[in-house]
Amino acid sequence: MSLDLPLSPGCSAAPVLRERGQHEVFCGLTGIIWLHRKMQDAFFLVVGSRTCAHLLQSAAGVMIFAEPRFGTAILEEKDLAGLADANAELDREVGRLLARRPDIRQLFLVGSCPSEVIKLDLARAAERMNVQHAPHVRVYNYSGSGIETTFTQGEDACLAAMVPALPATDAAELLVVGALPDVVEDQCLALLNAMGVGPVRMLPARRSGDMPAVGPNSRYILTQPFLGDTAAALDRRGAKRIAAPFPFGEEGTTLWLQAIADVYGVTADRFDAATAAPRARARKAVAAHAATLSGKSLFLFPDSQMEIPLARFLARECGMRPLEVGTPYLHRALMEPELALLPEGPMLSEGQDVDKQLDRHGAQAPDLTVCGLGLANPLESQGFTTKWAIELVFTPVHFYEQAGDLAGLFSRPLRRKALLTAGAKP
Amino acid sequence: MKLTLWTYEGPPHVGAMRVATAMKGLHLVLHAPQGDTYADLLFTMIERRDHRPPVTFTTFRASDLGGDTAGLFKSAAQSAYDRFQPQAMLVGSSCTAELIQDDPGGLAKTMGLDCPVVALDLPSYSRKENFGADETFLALVRALAKPMARTEAITCNLLGATALGFRHRDDVAEITALLAKMGVTVNVCAPLGATPDDLTRMGQAHFNVLLYPETGEGAARYMERAFGQPFTKCVPIGVGATREFIREVAGITGLSADVDETGLRQPWWSASVDSTYLTGKRVFLFGDATHVITAARIAAEEIGFTVVGMGCYNREQARPLRAAAAKHGVEPLISDDYLEVEAAIAAAAPELILGTQMERHIAKRLGIPCAVISAPVHVQDFPARYSPQMGFEGANVIFDTWIHPLVMGLEEHLLTMFREDFEFHDAAGASHHGGKAIARVEDSPAVAALAAAVAASAPATVPVVAPSGEVRWLPDAERELKKIPFFVRGVAKRNTERFAAGKGIADISVDTLYEAKAHYAR
Repeated sequence: MSLDLPLSPGCSAAPVLRERGQHEVFCGLTGIIWLHRKMQDAFFLVVGSRTCAHLLQSAAGVMIFAEPRFGTAILEEKDLAGLADANAELDREVGRLLARRPDIRQLFLVGSCPSEVIKLDLARAAERMNVQHAPHVRVYNYSGSGIETTFTQGEDACLAAMVPALPATDAAELLVVGALPDVVEDQCLALLNAMGVGPVRMLPARRSGDMPAVGPNSRYILTQPFLGDTAAALDRRGAKRIAAPFPFGEEGTTLWLQAIADVYGVTADRFDAATAAPRARARKAVAAHAATLSGKSLFLFPDSQMEIPLARFLARECGMRPLEVGTPYLHRALMEPELALLPEGPMLSEGQDVDKQLDRHGAQAPDLTVCGLGLANPLESQGFTTKWAIELVFTPVHFYEQAGDLAGLFSRPLRRKALLTAGAKP
Repeated sequence: MKLTLWTYEGPPHVGAMRVATAMKGLHLVLHAPQGDTYADLLFTMIERRDHRPPVTFTTFRASDLGGDTAGLFKSAAQSAYDRFQPQAMLVGSSCTAELIQDDPGGLAKTMGLDCPVVALDLPSYSRKENFGADETFLALVRALAKPMARTEAITCNLLGATALGFRHRDDVAEITALLAKMGVTVNVCAPLGATPDDLTRMGQAHFNVLLYPETGEGAARYMERAFGQPFTKCVPIGVGATREFIREVAGITGLSADVDETGLRQPWWSASVDSTYLTGKRVFLFGDATHVITAARIAAEEIGFTVVGMGCYNREQARPLRAAAAKHGVEPLISDDYLEVEAAIAAAAPELILGTQMERHIAKRLGIPCAVISAPVHVQDFPARYSPQMGFEGANVIFDTWIHPLVMGLEEHLLTMFREDFEFHDAAGASHHGGKAIARVEDSPAVAALAAAVAASAPATVPVVAPSGEVRWLPDAERELKKIPFFVRGVAKRNTERFAAGKGIADISVDTLYEAKAHYAR
């Protein structure tokens, strides 16, 4: 695909259907599943109920470790009786935890629906513990509650909570923001290095000792579309955001890199030298799947806020026809470059009333449905082909080398359906 | 507050969902925040259900809290009723809604819905999933079942089978067939497969079969009181228990207990000489109390294992478990902390663990064979094939499942005979466990370095012979200990140390090792 801006205005001015009703989505606690793998000296302590613990366990599936680096301080009846008691209980549990895990350097107190509803002040608890356990352990607090956050917003809340504590600097460094799989992070750094852009820092860093500094000369760019609060927190530290589409697919990655290149004055020659080979590889890898995907209609239920960039990639690079693009939350400012690229046509919806959305879905009968695991099998049994959305968060999908894998995640269910249909008795 | 890493049971409203999802024509409206819908995927993924659970969540948000969450509940309940037209509705709160103190039952009553509405009391901060299921089923039966004249033919109800139950689907089929052989027809099986209308007919059965005390005992006791229906006390898991169950049913009904056992192979399989090596194998059992108690009986009486530990995570059934543990002469472990379970297993040094999904992981870490006997379980324990635990086919299934992970008899003899076998040494890992076999280290420095690198990259799967502190292993004795096959080494080490401590021996020599062996000879 070319880098020329589309002739049509895209979806920038398209109306958005805003709905309220039952949401079939995860809460922000789920972010812990990937954040604790990324931040290797961090422990995530949810203060919540048995439901929270059960959610984490169900979402983490078979990820049972000798000692996982996340847990739940389960509120019991006696904690609900008096709040002073709850604080003392929390101090005791944290003390015990840190004594048993001396390798922990960052502790996140993660708020949940129950802790928010009883107004347990975790921010103050974090301050208190910071004094108690300094300098060995830094204690942060954020909320991953379902009443405030949806799925990937948990990562946003976590990173935003870290920003005020980052050291200050006047250095003109580039911050790449968003938790990426290590292999993808390394590819990103190599591309930026080949363009001569540096120094580059990652937020979050793999270990607490490598946390970036931030200041008025910092520029930052987001790798994920769901980082609105983190962006606002970085803005408050004086850093300036580089606006770009998100690095999904060949086009997304190129435009993302181009936005950085423009700011850092990278010459066209140098940019081409750094990106020509991987761009060609990405286009070739995507083409292998585009044959299956081209012309197929697409319906995305809200899940992670990645829906708009993914629909853009699938429409422009794979030739799919988005019918409805649902997102749990639409951050206009961050999504502007994406909306400009997304071809006109699909209905954009924000929020959810799952029953009504299922009615719209049934009426449109899309070729491929992107949805959560609570809906996937029920829809499959009705004859629809689904791609479960959570895999898009748990799989390396960013940048050039993953572009083919990303397209493959969507073509696989269609190819499978064709294989099984061919094998079925008439 | 209690720090929890992994939980055996979900919150009580998940128990309510298990009852609602098991049934047809019933709809549950849960007052709950966004995110609680995660529980849907337990049913659609783990149990692979092809429809959404019949559960509506109100999905309130932080911005709603100051305002009208009660109104939100009512509109959600109304639209669920309009859309699904259920025969009956359940209403309740998840943990967060319990705190905001709207009253779903009272609110629903004011709505004048044209179907019975059953309000649930689910104390999320003191009870758990099994309680939620038992309580929900009891509330439904109490609300819907009425006293009735008995059926002409002898019929019974099957109580306690739910969605997400470990092998509930096939247990129901097996017990239905077994009862049919005796001349008993199933009136209503509930909650699994029943409608609210079916529940109204439960009073006409002659008696109740309580399949799972964890999820059906409340209803069974209620119907005994309210309708005079006796219920069976013996859970038919294992050959002995199944025969006892048949005698119990015969006692209630006056029918013959002489039931055709064609197809029952487990007793002969267990009696055949191939199974002799199973005698006295040390087994540790953990899970829900019902499955552990029945498994212990099978292990001790039908396969000839030695039960070296047993426990359950559900406190509600602690009393029968304690009684069973006393019968087997072991200390009962009542705990929902998997680290405590892990410690108990390590201390008991079993040769086989029978447990839940958690124990599978513990077993993997300790390098001990393991089979699953109880929920919670992963997707692989909702199999496509027919695999009951109850009745005679259940006994066949259990024999195969438990024996499968063990090192086979001949293999075991050869391991003892060729103790320093280069292919099948301890670092190679136990049979049927994942991981690439690692060649035994020869004593050359280059090979040792290579092996150290391999060992560093591979997780340890075998208990290491480490000094316990109180007694010292002399180098010769330690070498000799390492020659003992890994599946009995833990217990050999522990017995030797106990023997040495008892005799006041500080340094364990090869002689001490063999004296201890003679002392504990079985």
